[in-house]
Amino acid sequence: MPKFAVIVFPGTNCDFETVEAIKKAGGEAERVWYKSSLKDFDGVVLPGGFSYADYLRAGAISARAEIMEEVKALVSEGKPVLGICNGFQILTESGLLPGALRPNKVPRFLCKWVYLRVNDAQTAFTQFYKEGEVIRMPIAHAEGNYYTDSPKVRIVFQYSNEKGNVTEDANPNGSLLNIAGVSNEKGNVLGMMPHPERASDKWLGSEDGLKVFKSMVEYAKR
Amino acid sequence: MKYKAKIIVRLKEGLNDPEGRVIGKALKNLGYKIEDLKVPKYFEVVFESDKPEKEVEEMCKRLLANPVIHTYEYQLEPLGE
Repeated sequence: MPKFAVIVFPGTNCDFETVEAIKKAGGEAERVWYKSSLKDFDGVVLPGGFSYADYLRAGAISARAEIMEEVKALVSEGKPVLGICNGFQILTESGLLPGALRPNKVPRFLCKWVYLRVNDAQTAFTQFYKEGEVIRMPIAHAEGNYYTDSPKVRIVFQYSNEKGNVTEDANPNGSLLNIAGVSNEKGNVLGMMPHPERASDKWLGSEDGLKVFKSMVEYAKR
Repeated sequence: MKYKAKIIVRLKEGLNDPEGRVIGKALKNLGYKIEDLKVPKYFEVVFESDKPEKEVEEMCKRLLANPVIHTYEYQLEPLGE
């Protein structure tokens, strides 16, 4: 069974839920303090939270932690690395994903359910979705306004309306092209602002996010 | 030798500055004819170095600015031994 490290930085707060979601998806998962080693893991999740209180820029300080060198090594070995919310910010700040996450267009914290259109079902995290599928997940962030000038970005999720139309009204934070999640060229690194772990069981309001973890577990078995 | 670096990190031209927009709007509401308002970040770093220019450049590139969205400028002030 593939084993995932859920990295905990000072200020991380979605680690327990993420561990539970991975277990539900059929993988093993362990919370790993950021000063530990990533030896013996088949993949990594950088969970949500407010690492280092989001001082300087969200994710900026965690992105320079020593453990990120190990994360980079795992990425180059082709192992799956998922960043959720603050984890996405850490992945862009560390250069593992293109672009940057800026303060929301209306500069306040947003906490609400959104619809997403699955734009790319070929990554390590979306193989159980269908292209064009509309899913529902919550967002909870103040800096989710994605921007990039890189042509190499793989757009994986876009904010949409219930019908899957990518409209300006459906864009909660001002992200370029309604981008909610992007992958690296190879498809083994995904960053996303919505929280799939908070949509991993019916009693939470949706289990649309579970397939992110199921896909990741399946991919890590290869 | 000790130095003080005064560093300003700005959003690149054309990028939306939500904080600046809201503050600008508040000033407008107070009756000022505001056309634009930006909120750059300002850092003061006191440090010891033999190569202050090189190191302050590094500090900006490695952490203080994000090259995807920021530009930066700085002044170096020698503080003596």
